[in-house]
Amino acid sequence: MKLDPKVPSGPLEDKWEQHLKDIKLVSPNNKRKHNVIVVGTGLAGASAAASLAELGYNVQTFCIQDSARRAHSIAAQGGINAAKNYQNDGDSVWRLFYDTIKGGDYRSRESNVYRLAQNSNNIIDQAVAQGVPFGRDYGGLLDNRSFGGAQVSRTFYSRGQTGQQLLLGAYQAMMRQVHTGKIKDNPRQEMLDLVVVDGKARGIITRDLVNGTIQKWEADAVVLCTGGYGNVFYLSTNAKNSNVTAAWRCHKRGAAFANPCYVQIHPTCIPVSGDYQSKLTLMSESLRNDGRVWVPRKKGDDRAPNDIPEEERYYYLEERYPSFGNLVPRDVASRNAKMVTDEGLGVGETGLAVYLDFRDAIKRDSKEAIAARYGNLFDMYENITDENPYETPMRIFPAVHYTMGGLWVDYNLMSNIPGLFVAGEANFSDHGANRLGASALMQGLSDGYFIIPYTIGNYIAGEDLEKVSTDHKAFDEAAKASQDQLDKLLAVKGDKSLIEFHRELGKIMWDKVGISRSKEGLESAIEEIRALREDFWKNVRVPGESNYYNKYLEFAARIADFFELAELMALDALDRDESCGCHLRDEYQTEEGEALRNDEDYAFVSAWEYLGVNGKLETKRHKEDLEFEFVELKQRSYK
Amino acid sequence: MKINLKIWRQKNAQDKGGFQDYTLDNVSEHMSFLEMLDVLNEELIMDGKDPVEFDYDCREGICGSCNLVINGRAHGPKHKTAACQLHMRNYSDGDTIVIEPPRAAAFPVIKDLVVDRSAMDRIVEVGGYVSVNTGQAPEANLIPVKKEVSDQAFDYATCIGCGACIAACPNSSASLFTGAKVAHLNSLPQGQPERERRTIAMVEQMEKEGFGDCSNFAECEAVCPVGISISAIAEMRRDYMKAIL
Repeated sequence: MKLDPKVPSGPLEDKWEQHLKDIKLVSPNNKRKHNVIVVGTGLAGASAAASLAELGYNVQTFCIQDSARRAHSIAAQGGINAAKNYQNDGDSVWRLFYDTIKGGDYRSRESNVYRLAQNSNNIIDQAVAQGVPFGRDYGGLLDNRSFGGAQVSRTFYSRGQTGQQLLLGAYQAMMRQVHTGKIKDNPRQEMLDLVVVDGKARGIITRDLVNGTIQKWEADAVVLCTGGYGNVFYLSTNAKNSNVTAAWRCHKRGAAFANPCYVQIHPTCIPVSGDYQSKLTLMSESLRNDGRVWVPRKKGDDRAPNDIPEEERYYYLEERYPSFGNLVPRDVASRNAKMVTDEGLGVGETGLAVYLDFRDAIKRDSKEAIAARYGNLFDMYENITDENPYETPMRIFPAVHYTMGGLWVDYNLMSNIPGLFVAGEANFSDHGANRLGASALMQGLSDGYFIIPYTIGNYIAGEDLEKVSTDHKAFDEAAKASQDQLDKLLAVKGDKSLIEFHRELGKIMWDKVGISRSKEGLESAIEEIRALREDFWKNVRVPGESNYYNKYLEFAARIADFFELAELMALDALDRDESCGCHLRDEYQTEEGEALRNDEDYAFVSAWEYLGVNGKLETKRHKEDLEFEFVELKQRSYK
Repeated sequence: MKINLKIWRQKNAQDKGGFQDYTLDNVSEHMSFLEMLDVLNEELIMDGKDPVEFDYDCREGICGSCNLVINGRAHGPKHKTAACQLHMRNYSDGDTIVIEPPRAAAFPVIKDLVVDRSAMDRIVEVGGYVSVNTGQAPEANLIPVKKEVSDQAFDYATCIGCGACIAACPNSSASLFTGAKVAHLNSLPQGQPERERRTIAMVEQMEKEGFGDCSNFAECEAVCPVGISISAIAEMRRDYMKAIL
């Protein structure tokens, strides 16, 4: 397997512009001869599909939901970063780039991250022109708020629904092209396989989720925008249907899976309350702008939070990290929450929670001002927990949120399979080991609006793409494999439910491949995953048939893929003898208990090649060494 | 607590469908409504029966996938709350709950509680956008927008497209859904050039899809999980009248 990142040479600030000058173009009258498949219609998918169709390509879009507008990007709350420097606080493309590289714990590609920072300003322009109603000040200009990991105010927001508004902007742009006929939209279709012909991605296999038909689709390029794999943990902030299947099936067809162990654990979620619980709800990180995080200083202090006097409260983030305080990055905030609860200082019924307190902010700015900033989040919290956060501090705890790993891509966002492009959370490239707040929306839209449309043209213009028919044997073989897998799941007819299996897998992952990990824990996790996977294929019960709407059959196939991915995540974590981002290995810590990276040996992207599953996952690690030409690698400090 | 359920079961669009009774004995008041249905489905599957199909995804009230009609009310009893954010603490031991799909001629049933809402996408498709190709946008602060205007536009833009308004309307009108998008885009400076064209196209598409007219019942506003105001419909009508005259 050859991994060529294809990073253009030259100064950082000129790389993308130079690349745009160098890439090959497809003339307008030829664009209409080319078909492109876009799988997933979230921020990356909808924006890519709209932009490609505007250019003149024939686009087919696919999503598992009933409408493109429902992708999980819609749930992002807090905001999107851009280096506009509207606040006159010294922001710049360089500073956004630097914060993102540092926040990612120096495990992302410099060139990609710089381009992301450059594109950030265009994204805001584009969204405003589409009618996205961002927060504004009384002068009519755009307002900003601050977010974890940054000391400037660069986050654009639409109250607590920024993801929704940006997604609707992209969805509307996409629907406009559906109306012109340049996009053929296919909702309620799940991609089950990638079709590779002569080494190139030439199509996909889908299952119509309504009537169960397996279908074959041909194209000159396939763009995967299918999001992350956080649901491998069972409980996460992801939508219930988010899954890894499309990416995993591409991996099985030869696409390298990069940095699978890098998972972001978001510090500000509503804690777990019971066994029946199906998902965790995130409270925007922006709450930490005004909310103060604390636990009682004394173990087992079970007084009501408002009865605990100031001097008996441990504002651990403010004490440990005076310069960033409550606005430390997510990995640091999550790890510290785990640390204080491990010490027995946690609050609430389970002891697995810390307080996020708005008392001082309400005193300072008034209840109305706080309600204007976070009202919908406070309502949501009260709805779920039945507690009023204006009066009692919120209880929060870390939860699995966003996955930094994904399919390996080069600078053009193309995987190692020619013609297979991967954008947004489904790829690995821009976030390193950790993602800063408000940078996910930025990456999805940067990839979709401003990178993919150019780099796909470069690929199509440079390749000799003969027309391939869906009658080709590669399509038949992939379609048959997809149907066989479903039939195999239905044939097990065991006596244990899918949810039970998924929950057990999630528990192994959270306990041993979660916030902190150790060699011993990871080794035992690998054994447990293998044993549970074997049990799954012997004892799972999948109801119904494959030829009609059957949600549990959909799940079964996705959980089967999670079982294989889970092993790869643990293997990748075990392979990396260092701590970085949310990947904290207990063995590698500084004297102060901070994550200790090993840049000498591990400043690389691990890219795994799939070789098969036979009781165990057979896999081979490849490396893309990360070169840091423009920033100096430092121990990350927020003190 | 013990909960009795009466759930609409329908194999497919051709099937006639009907209610079936179920009883759950161990419902926790902390469960969400959909988690309660998950538990029911676990029991059904283990008994060798077909689980109840219902649409859901984010389970945090924003994606708009869930659309149950609970005891005759879209999204259930709680004001401004989507079904996925409804919790069982709103019910008491021994209660009977009736669950149905949202009913409208334009929403054919796919299975059980799952319906086809693609008509709503087709309404957006004909004009629910600002026509700006990628890369053509001017600098974002070039056109200031009054905070009040932007805030108002935002309130309309928060529609989650669940279809509760349509299910609740005696005429099965899509006016609140369409009105919200029209009012959002028509109020912003960016939306002005296409204002008339957009309004006419979207209103006419509603009719083509088989949605009824609005007769000011305001049932739509009463059930809207995000509290879209019926002033959206007034805005749409005013703009429609202006546009066709």
